[in-house]
Amino acid sequence: MMEKRDLKGWLYLLPAMLFLGVFMVYPLIDVFIYSFEEEFNFASQSFTGYGWDNYRFVLRDPFFMRAVRNTFILVIITVPLSTGIALLISLGLSSIKVVRSLFQTLYFLPYVTNTLAVGLVFMILFKRTPVSEGLVNVLINWFGGESVDFITGPYWAKMLVMCIYTIWVVMPFKILILTGALASVNEDYYKAAKMDGTSRGRTFRKITLPMISPMIFYLVITGFIGAFKAYSDAVALFGTNLNAAEMNTIVGYVYDVLYTEGGGYPSYASAAAIILFVIVLTITVINLLVSRKHVHY
Amino acid sequence: MKVVLENLTKKFPGRTRKDPGVTAVNNFNIEIPDGKLIGLLGPSGCGKSTALNLLSGLLAPTSGKIYFGDEDVTDLQPEKRGIGLVFQNYALYPHLTVIENILFPLENLKGEEKLSRDQMMKRAMEAAKLVQIEMLLNRKPKELSGGQQQRVAIARALVKMPRLLLLDEPLSNLDARLRLQTREEISRIQKETGITTIFVTHDQEEAMSISDQIIVMKDGVIQQIGAPQEVYDDPKNLFVAEFLGTPQINTFEGEVKDGKLYIGNEAVLNVRNVNDQKVYVAVRPEAFIPDPEGPLSCAFKALEVMGRDTSVVFTSKFSERKALRAIIGADVKVEPKDGVVRFRLRSPKTEIFNRETSERVYYEEA
Repeated sequence: MMEKRDLKGWLYLLPAMLFLGVFMVYPLIDVFIYSFEEEFNFASQSFTGYGWDNYRFVLRDPFFMRAVRNTFILVIITVPLSTGIALLISLGLSSIKVVRSLFQTLYFLPYVTNTLAVGLVFMILFKRTPVSEGLVNVLINWFGGESVDFITGPYWAKMLVMCIYTIWVVMPFKILILTGALASVNEDYYKAAKMDGTSRGRTFRKITLPMISPMIFYLVITGFIGAFKAYSDAVALFGTNLNAAEMNTIVGYVYDVLYTEGGGYPSYASAAAIILFVIVLTITVINLLVSRKHVHY
Repeated sequence: MKVVLENLTKKFPGRTRKDPGVTAVNNFNIEIPDGKLIGLLGPSGCGKSTALNLLSGLLAPTSGKIYFGDEDVTDLQPEKRGIGLVFQNYALYPHLTVIENILFPLENLKGEEKLSRDQMMKRAMEAAKLVQIEMLLNRKPKELSGGQQQRVAIARALVKMPRLLLLDEPLSNLDARLRLQTREEISRIQKETGITTIFVTHDQEEAMSISDQIIVMKDGVIQQIGAPQEVYDDPKNLFVAEFLGTPQINTFEGEVKDGKLYIGNEAVLNVRNVNDQKVYVAVRPEAFIPDPEGPLSCAFKALEVMGRDTSVVFTSKFSERKALRAIIGADVKVEPKDGVVRFRLRSPKTEIFNRETSERVYYEEA
């Protein structure tokens, strides 16, 4: 009886398992194997042996180290900032009654807006063209500052644009999740806190925050993972030659050693991908450990 | 501390222009004596929770005044009123342990009232002891049964040493057995602390069993205030008579004519000092006396034996009720003849109410 039911269950799972197996599990294992194959030749599909050579190469490659640095800066700045700002906006949204849905729609717009359109907006904001300095520079000038070249200028300016862009893109989803989480906190807790004369700050810290902590935790984890995988945003802002712009990311590096000119090294790409995986895994485990103390389900 | 409500009214405006809104609390004038347990009783939607929220300060009244003792607290913020409020769903903070929940209100105290950690612990332990949860202090609320959560909620409300304790439907989330236990518990805690306590309920049995006084409400209007037995024995109108008591009081359409009370053509009682009028005759289940020669005839339906006593189920042409009930001793014989059962009525438990106003009509038995 049991066995028959088991079989049926597996049968229902089969399509999904086949799909995942072919397009997820197999490539994952393959990448892992690739990353250890030394002096792999793409044309002849031959290699000399297994070892750490690819990792050694990637970790000594200045382009990779630059990509790692860029990615880390991006992660460290954008994840806390976007989550924090999203929380502030959500708190604001849930405390207003009038025109709330209007604001909700406005804040959600970036989520449904075409990436190219978003890129265009950022061009208007930041890019210098023969006809315009870009809106931000106009503002800077207006306050008496000097124009900055945000797209091809100094490193910090480019990083700034990149961070603003990333925060802006990930914000709507976070606001959506957090307003939902805030709305799901039972009103009675706040009434009880009010009866007890709890200050607003303490109510937020001791009641609101713990109550929505699972959602914040979810956003932080997915935020970290998403930011570590950043690539298309950089391309949208700085074009495909990210190394020249000094704005490459780890995923960008993987793409470069695979496909761009001078590329065609699946072993190096695999090694870099595995390193990224290890980084993400480590961060996630740290997150989980921290969350045990601070997240209340 | 006594609580006085003066012309207290709360109106909720309508959502649309045509919607006149609701008057949830209509012109309350009550004086609640110090140190008593008061049951605020009424059917769902009668405004009893609104009344509680007005007392707690979570809602502001449309008009009228609230006094705690001699102090006018109408415009005072909830936290300044010195009230302990126990919510229907308890509203225990799920991420805090029992002791942290109880400590929470004390940690809010500021300025002169601020307590040291030791003082806080002492007060919290006292409250925990009072409601007998000392052994659960380090558990989270979800690891507690409904009854235990209820106790924690009461401890959290009491730890501030409030002047007034409010309980919103305190027993509605508990199962039948716990309900009996907990209501005795509430009564005990109230007596031990001597805090004026008001609790809201729609369950008349609950209110009758533990209250020193009950306030019966309907549609935002107070119907009657008094000791439970007093209100049960002497209802001011048909609503109160029908709301109190299980099984429900049995209502017939009747008439007073020439010194006699008629149900249909049957003169069931001789009455004195009462004008001729159309009335409702409301008879408590215990006021029926089976008697083959009795004046009131009803269509017999069933006998329900309950051990200690027996309930006779019957119907009458003169009552809208699908089933009327008489409670009689188990040793009394009932012999319906041709599907008809006959009763005499005991006058002290037979009330009459004017058919138009539903107000009580007092009579003397002749």
